Amino acid sequence: MLKISHVSKTFNPGTVNEKQALQDLNLHLEPEDFVTVIGGNGAGKSTMLNMIAGVYPIDCGTIYLDGINISRQPEHKRAALLGRVFQDPMMGTAANMQIEENLALAHRRGRRRGLKWGVTKEEKEVFHEELKRLGLGLEDRMTVKVGLLSGGQRQALTLLMATLQKPKLLLLDEHTAALDPRTAKKVLSLTEEMIEEEKLTALMVTHNMKDAIRLGNRLIMMHEGRIIYDVRGEEKKNLTVEELLRKFEDASGGEFANDRMILSE
Amino acid sequence: MGILLAIQGAVSQGILWGIMALGVYLTYRILDVADLTVDGSFALGGCTCAALITAGMNPYLAVLISVLAGMAAGYVTGILHTKCEIPAILAGILTQIGLYSINLRIMGRSNTPLLKVPTIFKGLTELTGISQNWISMIVGAVFTVILVIFLYWFFGTEIGSAIRATGNNENMVRSLGMNTKTHKVMGLAISNGLVALSGALVTQSQGYADVKQGTGAIVIGLASIIIGEVLFGKKKSFGTKLISVIVGSIIYRIIVAVVLQMGLNTDDLKLLTAILVAAALTVPVLLDKRRQAASYDPMTGHAAADKENGKGGK
Repeated sequence: MLKISHVSKTFNPGTVNEKQALQDLNLHLEPEDFVTVIGGNGAGKSTMLNMIAGVYPIDCGTIYLDGINISRQPEHKRAALLGRVFQDPMMGTAANMQIEENLALAHRRGRRRGLKWGVTKEEKEVFHEELKRLGLGLEDRMTVKVGLLSGGQRQALTLLMATLQKPKLLLLDEHTAALDPRTAKKVLSLTEEMIEEEKLTALMVTHNMKDAIRLGNRLIMMHEGRIIYDVRGEEKKNLTVEELLRKFEDASGGEFANDRMILSE
Repeated sequence: MGILLAIQGAVSQGILWGIMALGVYLTYRILDVADLTVDGSFALGGCTCAALITAGMNPYLAVLISVLAGMAAGYVTGILHTKCEIPAILAGILTQIGLYSINLRIMGRSNTPLLKVPTIFKGLTELTGISQNWISMIVGAVFTVILVIFLYWFFGTEIGSAIRATGNNENMVRSLGMNTKTHKVMGLAISNGLVALSGALVTQSQGYADVKQGTGAIVIGLASIIIGEVLFGKKKSFGTKLISVIVGSIIYRIIVAVVLQMGLNTDDLKLLTAILVAAALTVPVLLDKRRQAASYDPMTGHAAADKENGKGGK
């Protein structure tokens, strides 16, 4: 489904701020893989997702998604294949527009937009049903401006928007990190539900080791722009946080996991 | 009677200039871009229209071509901003400055009177026998109604909503598979088309085109938007917002007419407008700060602690 081969990315080359964010990265995802991604700060997790989405151009290597070479495609072109949810709940929705207008924009992802009316009657019915799934009561507030919703509500809405048109790959970039624990749990269980029901292929970056072990069928650990640990199936299910931390120490050459990873059990 | 006549003139001017303010509204409020092309494209509309009419073209057709010229100007700013990645303000200034020379070239001189040639307003005055002031008002109103309906429709369509979203959250728009650059260019083209339309109509109604007629147009447009927002409030439907811009433009012209009647020197008008806009933009900020200062309560922490210790509220 997704095939990343020999991708590297250096930010600010030739300056004091030079940062090698990805180093010869290789990753191959099967259809319906749900992969959790962990790693310390600056390990390249978000960069990897941004490279797949085309936020920045890659320096070398290739990225194939669903058999299409997207390595050099602009961000808005690749978006036809991708669903994305960001860490910042403000980033995935348009605050000054209504809930149904936001959904309608997402509903047309990857399609030609013309002079037809922006939100149709049939769509409103579809959106009403879809919003019910979130269980937040948003289905009765469809003409409310998104800016009036809470961060958790906006994030749930973004998740729905990302999956409204079934994406070839769903990219979740620490999408619950900015939410309070209860809301984060809710959004996470919604995520799980949607991925399972729609049989989505997904990459989820998280700082929470427990979530990383519990969710998905595969786990990868990144360090200094490389994948240093890749585990799936039974072996992944039987992992513990302690083991994962030890693995991290081993692979990263004795360097201890940062505080945030330990604290966010 | 003098003041009434002046106000009547102000209303018709307000409606014609209001179309320009609609254009400014599209960029300033919807696209969230401060587009300074406006001063140049307003004059471009007027100069193109005057040159075409004196060359013998039908005045209606001349307006249409002026609109296309304005859209082209907006397109240039859009390309400078999106493809060449020049900051929007600078891109607008570049086009505006360039247009000054272009406008002189179009007319071949700095001023073109439309005395002995037909205009929309002269034609309709002769046809109906109604005074020119009323005709200006009616023509302006007809154009405005059509434009408001058109804009209301357009920004409800798929492309229109995408443009609105671009002004709101570019990141989201790209992630949903839309090209924000295209939207910005489209928005700028439509906006400057409206501005040029206004310039063409104003030129025909005042009976001459001047290469400097657009100077300060952007500030007048902003003044109209802000006056409209003060009167109607910010949280209104899209249709109401468009109408509020036109009303704002009319009120602005009435204010100008009144202060001129009171003896203000015409030369000081631009300064007055600048102060008006600066004040209108400053007041909400100051009010917000005052509200924040007023709601600050140094005792809340103690009160909360007292509550926890079972001593009750403040």
